[in-house]
Amino acid sequence: MIAQLILEGIATGACYGLFAIAFVIIYKTSDVVNFSQAEMAMFCTYFMYHILSLYHVPFWISFLATLGFAAFLGIMLEYVFLRPARHSSTIGLIGITLGIEIILMGLAGWKWGAEQKEFVLPVSYSSTHTIFGDTFISDWAIALFVTTACVMTALYFFFKYTKPGIAMRAVQQNMYAARIVGVNTGAIFSLAWAMSSVIGTIAAMFFAAASTLDPQFMMTPFVRAFAAAVLGGIQSIPGVILGGLILGVAENVFGYVWPDSKPIVALIVIVLVLCFRPSGLFVRHYIKKV
Amino acid sequence: MKALLKLSGIETWHGSICALKHVSLEVFQGQIAVLLGPNGAGKTTVLKTVMRSLYDQKRAQPEKGSIEFEGKRIDRLKTGEIVRRGIGCVPEGREIFPELTVRENILMGAYTRRGGKDIRADIETVYRYFPILRERKDRQAGYLSGGEQQLLAIARALMGRPKLLMLDEPSLGLSPMMTREIFEIIRSINLQEGMTVLVIEQNANIALQYAHYVFLLENGRVVHAGKPEVMKRDKRVREAYLGSSDNSSP
Repeated sequence: MIAQLILEGIATGACYGLFAIAFVIIYKTSDVVNFSQAEMAMFCTYFMYHILSLYHVPFWISFLATLGFAAFLGIMLEYVFLRPARHSSTIGLIGITLGIEIILMGLAGWKWGAEQKEFVLPVSYSSTHTIFGDTFISDWAIALFVTTACVMTALYFFFKYTKPGIAMRAVQQNMYAARIVGVNTGAIFSLAWAMSSVIGTIAAMFFAAASTLDPQFMMTPFVRAFAAAVLGGIQSIPGVILGGLILGVAENVFGYVWPDSKPIVALIVIVLVLCFRPSGLFVRHYIKKV
Repeated sequence: MKALLKLSGIETWHGSICALKHVSLEVFQGQIAVLLGPNGAGKTTVLKTVMRSLYDQKRAQPEKGSIEFEGKRIDRLKTGEIVRRGIGCVPEGREIFPELTVRENILMGAYTRRGGKDIRADIETVYRYFPILRERKDRQAGYLSGGEQQLLAIARALMGRPKLLMLDEPSLGLSPMMTREIFEIIRSINLQEGMTVLVIEQNANIALQYAHYVFLLENGRVVHAGKPEVMKRDKRVREAYLGSSDNSSP
């Protein structure tokens, strides 16, 4: 029983972690926590639902089309709403992302209605494999683990070995220096928003497949993923995945003992981490010498 | 002699303050030019104006005047394009990327270039100039000493294969010995690669020693310009910058 709880916790936690990666990428390049992340992902998931169920586009084609749409949406939102305000304070920019969130939620409700819809992935939440005894794992969880591992590996190589990847880290660490070596910082921000939107959308598809699709379905996962990011240190990709796993397991075990209090676990984690270790558990931050 | 960089009648504003008032100067091909001046004279603003890295909220800078590089105007280009044309810059306070490794910092200097093979060969070349950077290549740059960071900033600028290298107060915060070493490196790059150099300095002693030509900037104006031998004899320069009236070298 306890093995099952932990395994399910790890699966949900990986999903939180995957979603948290999305805002780590934007945070790393611009110090902005993107509060519209959840609704961007929600909107893109609706887009996929729309072309899947109305136009009957084959799954993989609509999957790729959705990722393309997600990238476009990310680039467009950054360009239209954040770039004109790039000289304002970080808190101002965060305010703008909240505005984007409200706009997207309104649009989704207007276009697709508030009722819950069923979003189906080829990997089912209910088809399961027994591992040992009464412990089992679903197709959904297996696909999620594989996806998370692929995304992490790809990002690792991207940030470590590719020119745009190194440039993204450089822009975050010293924007002025990045400019004078010739980096087009605008293009880097576009890229960050595109990547973040794509990864957030992938995570949202898993959430939608495990629950239902409605304009609010990403709200709770967003808070949990945010807790995971805070726990892991919002700077580090392996950190937030670990944060996600810890949170997922803690929540599941806690929820088994006190089912009524399960939703508050994430909030408690946010408060405790911000009180006692505000830079997160796994971040070693370089402090500039004066 | 041909002017590589030519500023004519530059006027730059910081908000409502006029930081550069009709600055004109020419940096000649193959020379080490030094821009000398006290704190707040606008030396760094000259460099930032050339790089177009000054961001006034509303107005593009410079407000007036023109900047020519190899005979072509560059004062309305983007910073990236200016780097691509061949101007490298070592900013004040070094401005390295603290959490990138030394090697990644050097690699960022070649951001505007293509061709992995050439770049790798050039990394070897800068390691030969700065052997200490090879030893530290996998270390995070933020943990280097001040002098090493200065070398790294120079190495990074060299990776862009600039025709003109601009350095903003390379002696800042360094020991006299390290300062001398940096200037020796600047001189040898100038001689061996034939690279034109513009150095911004407050330290007149050392600047006059290595310069081919000196500009004196005060309150946003070029008040004096000439060869270092001439400048050294100038009474005003001696009193204000060399700190004494005797002729002994430092």
